Amino acid sequence: MPMRDAVTDNIVEFDNLRHNASDSTDQRALALQDVSLTVGDTTLIEDASLSLSGNGITMIMGPNGAGKSMLLKLAHGLIAPTKGTVTWGGEPLNDAGRRTQAMVFQKPVLLRRSVVANVDFVLKARGIRDAARRNDLLDHVGLLDHARQPARLLSGGEQQRLALARALALKPKVMLLDEPTASLDPASVLKIESIVQEAHTAGTKIIFITHDPGQAGRLADDIVFVHRGRVHEHGPADLFLSRPDTQEARDFLQGRIVV
Amino acid sequence: MQDFGEAFGLALSLVASGDADLVEIVALSLRVSLSATGLACLIGLPVGALVAITRFPGRNAVLILFNALMGLPPVVVGLLVYLHLSRAGPLGFLGLLYTPTAMIIAQTILITPIVMALSRQVIEDLHAEYADQFRSLVLSRWQQVSALIWDARFSLLTVGLAGFGRAVAEVGAVMIVGGNIDHLTRVMTTAIALETSKGDLALALALGLVLMVIALGVNALVQSLRMTAVRHAYA
Ligand SMILES: Nc1ncnc2c1ncn2[C@@H]1O[C@H](COP(=O)(O)OP(=O)(O)OP(=O)(O)O)[C@@H](O)[C@H]1O
Ligand SMILES: [Mg+2]
Repeated sequence: MPMRDAVTDNIVEFDNLRHNASDSTDQRALALQDVSLTVGDTTLIEDASLSLSGNGITMIMGPNGAGKSMLLKLAHGLIAPTKGTVTWGGEPLNDAGRRTQAMVFQKPVLLRRSVVANVDFVLKARGIRDAARRNDLLDHVGLLDHARQPARLLSGGEQQRLALARALALKPKVMLLDEPTASLDPASVLKIESIVQEAHTAGTKIIFITHDPGQAGRLADDIVFVHRGRVHEHGPADLFLSRPDTQEARDFLQGRIVV
Repeated sequence: MQDFGEAFGLALSLVASGDADLVEIVALSLRVSLSATGLACLIGLPVGALVAITRFPGRNAVLILFNALMGLPPVVVGLLVYLHLSRAGPLGFLGLLYTPTAMIIAQTILITPIVMALSRQVIEDLHAEYADQFRSLVLSRWQQVSALIWDARFSLLTVGLAGFGRAVAEVGAVMIVGGNIDHLTRVMTTAIALETSKGDLALALALGLVLMVIALGVNALVQSLRMTAVRHAYA
């Protein structure tokens, strides 16, 4: 049964990923242990446990309001969990650790300055002043023509590309991307995907939220499926996309969104 | 007492001819109030910004105090500064009473709370938007404050202008600590009060005209700044 073999292969490969995640002190390896987040009397994240390898592209999927963005903010230490622990390479994330990470938010937060000034700002935050590098970055995301424009007058897709350029400027060990291609045209999506691939090849751990199974198929090594604040599944991408374990994931992938 | 029409004509000719006394008084007014505005911004903006981005016990009390101080009556500020600077007061040895410096001090005290309270509001709103990004970048408090002040620059300019508007138009504080001494501490508002009471309506009206033009000019400036900011999506 060739089908069976493929699946077994995937499981072996996935176990390797897991193994890497647990044995190392790799600062790029995220582990959540029984993480819950309660705001008021609503539980937004419930008992999430997750262990990610320090390399590869992990994609997070799940319906609107599932808690994907919250999970990313918890991982990056922007919110403290009500319960449980978040660790990177076995250690809680401190400021020095967070400096090695970069996050692109679902709604890009752009400074009220020009496009170049937005990139210069993060470079300067790391003590770098380098116009050539900044121009390279803008060129990379196709924004060089807009360099002098006020950033907040960029189109939605251009704003997302600027936010990505700013994240890349930090040369992060870990990039946390919250739907970075949500409002991009198809060509830009592919462009951004290749940029993300490039960063990954250069050794950056990528954690990427998407709603697009096609994109997950193109990029993901492993996929985390979140539903109603819980981590429902975590497995190799092709396995998840072809044969998800849970009914919820099947419904989600077939467009019968379960809320 | 002069006839009103005649006084108005005289006032216009004083303004048109650039009468020396008039120019001196206007210049001192601007010097005092602009200095006070500059100092108030120097103190008020960073403090307002710090309070905006910091959570500490008693913060609400501080906010209430800020807002209450915005309504300080100018004569009371004048009186307090007078008590400190008068010869018997703790700072009497400085010999500042009845000098432009005393007037600058009084107006600074008067408008610093305005700059603080208004900039705190402006910067807190902006910070709500930037906070996650700043935390992600791990910025120092000072990096955050300076970035927020820069990004709120258009709104903060209007805050500064609001402070200037209040300073240049107040009489009570400068009257008490300045004393309205001719060629030394006479500013527009105190001169208007004096000349009116003396019945010299021409100079009073001329100064009133200039003061009004300044007040309206500041307002127009605020409006056009706001429009520029909106056009560049910097507001
Ligand atoms: N500060 C908050 N207080 C209370 N509830 C919140 C807060 N922030 C978010 N939520 C809720 O938490 C849930 C999860 O939000 P989250 O942004 O993580 O969803 P998501 O999975 O990223 O969805 P989407 O695909 O739409 O981006 C939502 O139902 C949202 O309404
Ligand atoms: Mg989200």
